[in-house]
Amino acid sequence: MFNKNSSVEEIINLNGSVYLIKIYSPEIAKQIKPGQFLNVKVSDSLAPLLRRPFSVSNVEGDYLFLMVNLLGEGTKILTSKKKGDPLDILGPLGNGFNLDGDYELAVFAAGGIGEAPFPFVYKTIKGAKEIISFIGGKTAKEVVEYGIENPYISTDDGSLGFKGNVVQLMEQKKELLSSKKIKIFACGPTPMLKAVQGFAAKNNYECEISTESAMACGFGICQGCAIASAHQSEKYLLVCKDGPVFNAKDVVL
Amino acid sequence: MKGIDLSVKIGKLTLKNPILLASGTVGYGNEISEFIDLEKIGGIVTKSLSLKPRKGNPPQRITETASGMLNAIGLANVGVEVFLKEKIPFLKKINAPLICNIAASSVEEYVECTRILTTEDWIKAFEINVSCPNVKEGGLEFGNNLSAVGKITSSVKAVTDKPVIIKLSPNVSRISDFAKVVKEEGGDAVSAINTLVGTAFNIWTRKPKIYNITGGLSGPAIKPVALAKVLEISRNVDIPIIGIGGITKWEDVIEFMICGAYAVEIGTVNFINPRAAIEMSEGIEKYCEQAGITEIKKITGSYQI
Repeated sequence: MFNKNSSVEEIINLNGSVYLIKIYSPEIAKQIKPGQFLNVKVSDSLAPLLRRPFSVSNVEGDYLFLMVNLLGEGTKILTSKKKGDPLDILGPLGNGFNLDGDYELAVFAAGGIGEAPFPFVYKTIKGAKEIISFIGGKTAKEVVEYGIENPYISTDDGSLGFKGNVVQLMEQKKELLSSKKIKIFACGPTPMLKAVQGFAAKNNYECEISTESAMACGFGICQGCAIASAHQSEKYLLVCKDGPVFNAKDVVL
Repeated sequence: MKGIDLSVKIGKLTLKNPILLASGTVGYGNEISEFIDLEKIGGIVTKSLSLKPRKGNPPQRITETASGMLNAIGLANVGVEVFLKEKIPFLKKINAPLICNIAASSVEEYVECTRILTTEDWIKAFEINVSCPNVKEGGLEFGNNLSAVGKITSSVKAVTDKPVIIKLSPNVSRISDFAKVVKEEGGDAVSAINTLVGTAFNIWTRKPKIYNITGGLSGPAIKPVALAKVLEISRNVDIPIIGIGGITKWEDVIEFMICGAYAVEIGTVNFINPRAAIEMSEGIEKYCEQAGITEIKKITGSYQI
């Protein structure tokens, strides 16, 4: 669970500010499941101080892939690494998606960097389940198609695909979602997850959402990543330990 | 390296080494035990316990700042009853001294928690978190009020024979005055410091980054402040001090001890490196060897000023 022997293999710019980081990390690559995450120390100094949580994007043999949006200090350092640079990684952490189960059609709903976990999910269930993917972003620069085949695309500004958000696109393509047993897997910003949660409830679809939160430790001790439970009003759930993937019915966003 | 004695004493409590895991940074021990052998550490201070369970604050609860972090968890905890029922089985198994940290909103609640918990022999001492709002005084912190800290100390001491450590707030003008009151009222030790009050805002939304608006600042950013507070207590009051604040490496442990700490608690660093306590105890042992020190307790308060 604690790995100081990982190293950067390659960094690829996928689109705009989105990068794919290939990491040599045989122990974690062997164990990690789709939807789980890693908490990465991007420097060996005290700045930035805390680890940065990233969902695993893909696994190939001894290699892990992270999909990272260059936004702040941590991601700047991470995306500037060179081949061979060591990485201190804590993981695998949290609970991944429940990919087995009684459904025929997996529907992916990804918003922005929320596309991150889907290549690994796609690879894992391809062949066993039918898959339809919806990917949204604010603009074409935010849309990443890595690791998923034939996605339906939406952008808020209409610069690529459908003009609107992912949920509006799903509504529009609803005929694709009829007559099959459906399970939605969603990852993206909270307002989008909330809309997906509502869409799934309205249509009675099974739905799992991958949530995010500011967090320090990633394994349950700092209690920083509280998320409201739909069933227990007397306590919060933790994104890191009880999630990051939740059944959409179990949390209040 | 055999022959170096890392043990320290806080009143009648003996620790095999001076490194304790700070309250609120190790839960009740079970999560961090996946990373380290708890038998090798000086001891564990539990997450603050209150009489009844507390839900804690809504998110967002934490945010990173320059070399530090702000947290406003809101003392989320399972409460004394569930603690005794569900957390005991694990804690009993580990062979590390357990210090129970208590948070309360009235003097009576501090006393009641201590009275219930003191009957458990695997609890070796109490650390009293006085940085809590006093509901009877309109939510003012106990820790800002000398007579409140004195009253809590004497009232808790009256119901337990175990060492009572008062965890002092740094958000006061003279921390040594509080340590003096703790000593006068029979307290066995003080731990210093709790977090410093801080805040952070998003400049685009103009909203605070954490729900509670203010939070407690911890991490290496506060180390010089903590060290100065420990030194101030050490130079003015004859009471055992547990140093806390921004310790991230073994050199920091030694620095705190030189400034007067008998032992230290490490907190935020556990979030980043769950093995930090073990690495630090190896580091201080090597330091002793190099510096020709046979008993680490001899460096406490050895400052040359």
